[in-house]
Amino acid sequence: MESLSNKKKVLEQKPLSFMERMYLPAIAKGMGITISHLFKKEATVRYPEVEREFSANFRGMHSLKRDENGKERCTACGLCALSCPAEAITMIAAERKPEEKHLYREEKYAATYEINMLRCIFCGLCEEACPKEAIYLDGPIVPADYLRKDFIYGKDKLVEAPLEMKK
Amino acid sequence: MDIAFIIEKFILVAVIFGISLVIAMYSTYAERKVAAYLQDRLGPDRAGPFGILQPLADGLKMFMKEEIIPTTSSKWLFIVGPGLALLCACIGTAVIPWGSPMLIGGKVVPLQVSDINVGVLYIFGVVSLGVYGVMIGGWASNNKYSLLSAIRAASQNISYEIAMGLSIIALLLMTNTLSLKEIVDQQHGFNWNVWYQPLGFLIFMVCSFAETNRAPFDLPECETELIGGYHTEYSSMKLGFYLFAEYINMFVSSAVMATLYFGGYNYPGMDSMATLLGPTWAPLFGTAILFGKIFFFIFFFMWVRWTIPRFRYDQLMNLGWKGLIPLAIANIIITGVVIAIIEKF
Repeated sequence: MESLSNKKKVLEQKPLSFMERMYLPAIAKGMGITISHLFKKEATVRYPEVEREFSANFRGMHSLKRDENGKERCTACGLCALSCPAEAITMIAAERKPEEKHLYREEKYAATYEINMLRCIFCGLCEEACPKEAIYLDGPIVPADYLRKDFIYGKDKLVEAPLEMKK
Repeated sequence: MDIAFIIEKFILVAVIFGISLVIAMYSTYAERKVAAYLQDRLGPDRAGPFGILQPLADGLKMFMKEEIIPTTSSKWLFIVGPGLALLCACIGTAVIPWGSPMLIGGKVVPLQVSDINVGVLYIFGVVSLGVYGVMIGGWASNNKYSLLSAIRAASQNISYEIAMGLSIIALLLMTNTLSLKEIVDQQHGFNWNVWYQPLGFLIFMVCSFAETNRAPFDLPECETELIGGYHTEYSSMKLGFYLFAEYINMFVSSAVMATLYFGGYNYPGMDSMATLLGPTWAPLFGTAILFGKIFFFIFFFMWVRWTIPRFRYDQLMNLGWKGLIPLAIANIIITGVVIAIIEKF
């Protein structure tokens, strides 16, 4: 029957010619290909010493940002925790005391803020949800560890370094 | 048979033994490096500069591993297997001439442990003994995969030994001697046997790939089908012995190929070099040339391993019995006719 699509190709298996049955020319060709790879640049990145350049929109470890005066931006509104599909974020809010005015930007702040890095899927929805531009996934790769409890990152690891220390 | 003779031979044996062990050790490193570079990778580079201490780390690992002897195995044979494999691999080096006689302290020392007049036959005997290590190990493991592998190894070695022997006969028709020393001396300068016996060399090389169980003929130990084959049940240094034996076999067969077909320690312009360097250093230079050839062949073994995929079992048998053996016989006939014609006129 005639093919309607005209895409069908009839393959025929020809018996190997003498040169093909000898294998040697094909082997020589293959050896040529492998030896040419000896002189090619290797694709390996020696990881701990050399790090591969990340793309601009790479999402790594979270950081909690400070504003231009070095005050923490987070107000513990909980939108990040709500938006998190993996439920990796928890926090406890607290009220700012008058003498803490230089530490926190708004009257309410996060007393504790924890991200479970084993739950996190690095989707970036928390940074999209945040109305205060307080959280960004702009860090490096989260390092490996031995115990599950060590993957729950608190404010000590997440909050950006204070302004004077950054300089 | 004085004491000086015994000491001289003892030193020579110790040196050759040490060299072959070191070469086997660094062949494992070279294998991984060559594999890596042929695949655009880096290979081991953590232990020491360029990973040069990797074989030591591997050896240490082998020694530290737990030694397991399966309860259902025949214990005695299980222990003999790897020892036999390593022994047979090592004693092949005894008849290979490593250099022309060397002058040390007013005494001419031949750089060959023993120049027996049936050197080629000795090599063949040792090589065919080598398969017993594999067979005994595979049988003693009492594991069906090991047994299958042992059967494969035995049938493969027997099939390819025939073609190997036939390809050598054509060479022996030319050289009229079985002594490796004399065969090498006939190839003075650039008068190498490979120019007269290219087909014989090709057959010999393919067969030595099969005899050493190297890719593409590594059916006895293919991981995908036989989960390691004859050394499935082995651990610790017994496994190390098997792996070591493979690399020493590779070294020995490279040395045999270089000796029989590529002129051993001969190189073009060796006479002028001999007068230039004197009777002490010129033989050593020849030995270095021989080792250069050997290293090239070892590299070639590895190069082929990362180029050609493994044969199927029936393809292996087809190539051996229907391809190589008729070719080798044709080679003998052609060589014989040509020699007869040359002698007639």
